[in-house]
Amino acid sequence: MADWTRASAAQMAAAMKAGEVTSVELTQAHLDRIAAVDGDVHAFLHVDAEGALATAREVDAARAAGEELPPLAGVPIAVKDILVTKGMPTTAGSRILEGWEPPYDATVTRKIREARMPILGKTNMDEFAMGSSTEHSGYGPTRNPWDLDRIPGGSGGGSAASLAAWEAPLAIGSDTGGSIRQPASVTGTVGVKPTYGGVSRYGAIALASSLDQLGPCARTVEDAALLHEVMGGHDPMDATSLDEPVPSCVDAARQGREEDLAGVRIGVIKELSGEGYQAGVEQRFEESLELLKARGAEVVEVSCPSFEYALAAYYLILPSEASSNLAKFDSVRFGLRVEKATVERTMGATRAEGFGDEVKRRIILGTYALSAGYYDAYYGSAQKVRTLIQRDFAAAFEQADVLVSPTTPTTPFKLGERLDDPLAMYLNDVATIPANLAGIPGLSLPSGTAPEDGLPTGFQILAPAHEDARMYRIGAALEKALAEQWGGHLSAQAPELEVAQ
Amino acid sequence: MTALTYEQAMEQFDPVFGIEVHVELNTATKMFCGCANEFGAEPNTQVCPVCLGLPGAMPVTNEKAVESAIRLGLSLGCAIRESSRFARKNYFYPDLAKDYQISQYDEPTCFEGSLDVVLDDGEVFTIGIERAHMEEDAGKNTHKGGTGGIQGADYSLVDYNRGGVPLVEIVTKPITGAGARTAEVARAYVATIRDIVKALGISDGRMEQGSVRADVNLSLRPKAVAGEDQDAVPFGKRSETKNVNSLRAIERAIHHEAARQAGLLLAGQPVVQETRHWHEDTGSTTPGRSKEEAEDYRYFPEPDLLPVEPSRAWVEELRGTIPEHPAKMRARLKDEWGFSDTDMRDAVNADALDLIAATVEAGAKPQAARKWWMGELARTANDRDVALASLPVTPAQVAELQSLVDAGTINDKLARQALEGVLAGEGSPREVVESRGLEVVSDDSALEAAVDDALASQPDVLAKIQDGKIQAAGAIVGAVMKATRGQADAGRVREIILQRAGVDG
Repeated sequence: MADWTRASAAQMAAAMKAGEVTSVELTQAHLDRIAAVDGDVHAFLHVDAEGALATAREVDAARAAGEELPPLAGVPIAVKDILVTKGMPTTAGSRILEGWEPPYDATVTRKIREARMPILGKTNMDEFAMGSSTEHSGYGPTRNPWDLDRIPGGSGGGSAASLAAWEAPLAIGSDTGGSIRQPASVTGTVGVKPTYGGVSRYGAIALASSLDQLGPCARTVEDAALLHEVMGGHDPMDATSLDEPVPSCVDAARQGREEDLAGVRIGVIKELSGEGYQAGVEQRFEESLELLKARGAEVVEVSCPSFEYALAAYYLILPSEASSNLAKFDSVRFGLRVEKATVERTMGATRAEGFGDEVKRRIILGTYALSAGYYDAYYGSAQKVRTLIQRDFAAAFEQADVLVSPTTPTTPFKLGERLDDPLAMYLNDVATIPANLAGIPGLSLPSGTAPEDGLPTGFQILAPAHEDARMYRIGAALEKALAEQWGGHLSAQAPELEVAQ
Repeated sequence: MTALTYEQAMEQFDPVFGIEVHVELNTATKMFCGCANEFGAEPNTQVCPVCLGLPGAMPVTNEKAVESAIRLGLSLGCAIRESSRFARKNYFYPDLAKDYQISQYDEPTCFEGSLDVVLDDGEVFTIGIERAHMEEDAGKNTHKGGTGGIQGADYSLVDYNRGGVPLVEIVTKPITGAGARTAEVARAYVATIRDIVKALGISDGRMEQGSVRADVNLSLRPKAVAGEDQDAVPFGKRSETKNVNSLRAIERAIHHEAARQAGLLLAGQPVVQETRHWHEDTGSTTPGRSKEEAEDYRYFPEPDLLPVEPSRAWVEELRGTIPEHPAKMRARLKDEWGFSDTDMRDAVNADALDLIAATVEAGAKPQAARKWWMGELARTANDRDVALASLPVTPAQVAELQSLVDAGTINDKLARQALEGVLAGEGSPREVVESRGLEVVSDDSALEAAVDDALASQPDVLAKIQDGKIQAAGAIVGAVMKATRGQADAGRVREIILQRAGVDG
């Protein structure tokens, strides 16, 4: 292959096994690509060329020595800067952690190392994963490779953009209200939020502990499945981690590609359409439904009336938990310190300088919502809504095996367009948030480009908790049908980026 | 404002009190991570990402700590909740690594109990227990320069070794009806908690090291007038005196607070609801933070941990491991052993009760067991500055030693030498007696020869004895004992002397 960066992770793994390419060549190709385009895209906060190449060399040597290697050994990967990485800076997109090198690895970091995947670097994100555009990063925004004036989604804009810009074949994301799926949608890539507890959160810097979930980012459904199986599984270091085997995502993706969907019931969520949804987004969604029907699936409409309150509940639960999770950034043990006369004032000054506006906004909101006298009205009521949403899902999954919707109401907007309007920004996540509130898995894959602006649209598939494999089956089936229509993958339709010399 | 005594205050007012006791559990590891839970290590050597609150780290509940908390709850007669939660208590402080403490709030694991405490005169007082919940300890700040307080310090050091150490906090209900005996009841209550945690083996119960710490709430209300029900009189404003860390200090703190509050009330001044600091040196309290400006802790359920859901079978199994109430056990042992009040109190204070019991169990008579542990061994422990229980001698060995004395194989003096050998690691009492050749000389011919030698060398003494001054025989006994290196039976030696001198004893 002329340019290995255009291959899928599965193809790279197969090619290394067949001796057609080495991990060093693959890794170097991606490092070269990063050097060529990341000045414009700014997907990465930190690139670890040396570390990545060292891992690649070890894998090549091991392969040459005939060692048995894990499936994705030698395939390079980008890691969202929310995951702590020993010996590599970790900032979560915040100035308050500038220069901090964690003394330990997150469980998922360890699993990537054990899978012998070279880590290319750490990707940009909205500060502490608060945002839908990556504009809230303390280190400047990431740009959408489809149109550099547009947002790549958020909070995981860096991971998604690195895939769309061919800087990495795989990336790690985290999804609290859509931070994997929404960026996937607006960059024409694939993103998966696993069942809550399916992937260890140990070492992922917490935003909202009851909503956060790490997951795979990729360009194909099969690649996402391969990475999901590397990341997933029980972890004794995370008390909320599920004590059950990793779902067979790869097998499910292959089944989806090879078999029809006879007997599969697909539920369209009535509430996630209509007002606020861009015409081209809805058009591509409808076309995808037709393709699924053509493969034998039965499409039904389901109603989730409590979704109306999901956004409001989310924006009480998330800030409440975040206000507590972010308290530890107090200058005492790590990170920024703005020295003042007393410890209280030092803490205050450090947080005033180290945190950005969106983080402060949510800390204030959460502190208020948890305060004595307000707790029941805010946090308490939000938890009740959460229960209602879980009931809505339970009832909907009686009628359908998976539920579907557009991933985002619109294609990516322009940088700066919604910065001064938090509510408009928050509306981006209206379709993705319910899955986090209920702890169920969700997958987003490209459904095309909107005719009116030529920008990517996303198709979201939701499954009951523990049934992650179902999403991969349906997702792979749709991906194949779409590729047959387009004569290739959507990312091939993206405009070529200018390459720096 | 007139200074009052505690007794005067009690004549005028009806006291209501409550106590929060923090018990540090002696689990091998901390509450939510695998770091060692050990007192006295070099600062910041028993820490990890979890107890340092590093970004990304997550807590995992220590099952052994849950077990200890449930056993303690059961000992306090508490109900054990089928599902209880941890909660976050949010406040900023440098010794609190995450700037929130994982505790329990609206769903404590143990709740609604009661505990009988026995006062010195045998009166039994029942204390209502509101809850016993689990939480993690904070680190320890040391302020350098100035007066050692945070105000005016040049800088402060934080040691996180204690951060994350498992605690159980036991909270009483408001306790009424103790009247003038309030201070005694409070002291007896904390003493009983300390005895219970030691008997359970879940804490070393050492108040001086802070492994049992108490906060004392006290308020005063007017005494009911004739015909009025005291329970119908509303409570007064209370003060909460923090870190009262010895039994004596608990009594003193209550004395002080009752007198202080009574003085204010009699002068027509209000009692401020506030926390107060206890000063051991002056026996007084000073105001801390007032409750009006107290922080709002913004409690909410800890989302990183699953609920604690002990199975009923496990709880019942744990119920089977609960030792007898310390006061009941003491009363029973006192009767069985025939000890005086003083004997019993001394043994308790010396931590010797279990050792005496085990020695008795191994066959010794109670008084003999007491004599060894409270005598020779207590002195040795004191000289070596170690706890009685950590001396290198077992109750079974002490019982064996006593059995050798009872059989006449050795006398008391030889027994002390044998014990010395045991403590020096020379083996069991029997082995030491053999290896050191400590047996009493019971062969009359050997004793007769020794007596004859002694009489021959002191003819003047012999003359005195024969003159009827029998007490002069003591000098000859001494000489014989010296000649036999203490291994003779002094009584028998005396008989032989009198026999040889031709005098009737």
